[in-house]
Amino acid sequence: MTEPVNEHDLQAYADGKLPEERRAAVAAWLASHPEDAERIENYRRLAEELRGTYQGVLDEPVPERLQLALRPGRTRRLARVAMWVVLGAALGAIAGWQLHSMQASPVVAADGATVLARHAAVAHATYSPEVRHPVEVGADQETHLVAWLSKRLGTQLRAPKLESVGYSLVGGRLLPGEQGPVAHFMYQCKAGTRVTLYVRSDMASNRSTAFRYAREGSVGVFYWVDGKSGYAISSGDISKEDLLNVANAAYQQLNPP
Amino acid sequence: MTEAQRLVDLIPRLRRYARALVGDRATADDLVQDTLERAWAKLHLYRRGTDLRAWLFTVMHNVHVNRVRASRPTDMLEDEMPELAQRAAQGDALLVRDLDRGIARLPADQRAVLLLVTLEEMSYEQVASTLGIPIGTVMSRLSRAREKLRAMMLGQPVASKLKVVK
Repeated sequence: MTEPVNEHDLQAYADGKLPEERRAAVAAWLASHPEDAERIENYRRLAEELRGTYQGVLDEPVPERLQLALRPGRTRRLARVAMWVVLGAALGAIAGWQLHSMQASPVVAADGATVLARHAAVAHATYSPEVRHPVEVGADQETHLVAWLSKRLGTQLRAPKLESVGYSLVGGRLLPGEQGPVAHFMYQCKAGTRVTLYVRSDMASNRSTAFRYAREGSVGVFYWVDGKSGYAISSGDISKEDLLNVANAAYQQLNPP
Repeated sequence: MTEAQRLVDLIPRLRRYARALVGDRATADDLVQDTLERAWAKLHLYRRGTDLRAWLFTVMHNVHVNRVRASRPTDMLEDEMPELAQRAAQGDALLVRDLDRGIARLPADQRAVLLLVTLEEMSYEQVASTLGIPIGTVMSRLSRAREKLRAMMLGQPVASKLKVVK
């Protein structure tokens, strides 16, 4: 009637992967081959036990370090340093930080990085709505702008190119930071949406963190620390996902692997 | 849904596979972390519209092979290399623990195939493409893995050859 039953069929039978018609043929064959029937039944049961044994893993909460593994940059060092930071907790902590009566989450200390995110959000909220004076020095003088800010911050800065994600440089300005001068770059897309990059060169902790996200009012901020440098990308008008895309592009240029 | 989000959604399955593949939780999660980092760095190589799960499991397979090579240069990655018993069998162990141990004692190549087929319930074609091996090899490794596991569970010596079914 049909092709003889082979080992492939038997394995597929045990796995429930045979088409109905073939399955019936194999079942009929097995009825007259009790040894094989027992063997295949054993395979099927082992597979079931195997799934049962490891089923619980699917329901375990995913450790933070694994969630943090999906982030820009490749160095494990960054992930390890920030391993204890739950992104969600950081978000909650920063939203409540300082302005709202110090409701910092106990999980996240108010370290330099969270201050960075907050100041960046404030700077974004202050300057991005500016129509006439969004920046001090325009992108037409980019070389001068970068050289000037680099000199004031005492480190070589770069204004990342964000054309690949739809944003071009509007210009930048010098801002007073917590301890000293801060550089602030503004970008704009064709639709007029602005994102800003806030750069500090005087991070006290002098350590590195992974990418983090914070939300301050209506402003979303992705930020990270690389040694003495702290970076924050802010926007109030685009989704977290889109902002992440922009932040990725900036991160890759500012922290080449 | 973005690839990043889909990767996040696949983490529990990666963890399940890794747990069965390497045994203990910490080592398994290390493997998952390495895999995710590598997948993230190599995401531009993933072709949209193709099977992201198979791609991710391929990344994990490669990471795993590299890790095993790095830690144990002479590890038995080949099908027919002799196996060292890792732990003495204990008669009073629970069945699931025996199953764990049995899986751990399978040759790495066979273990990967068995787990992708049974745990991850991939089609044989998906297993072949995930591991980069012909489908015939998938089937032979699957047969051998099952026969060894069955023999171990029954407390029998592993038969050297499978009976050929006509």
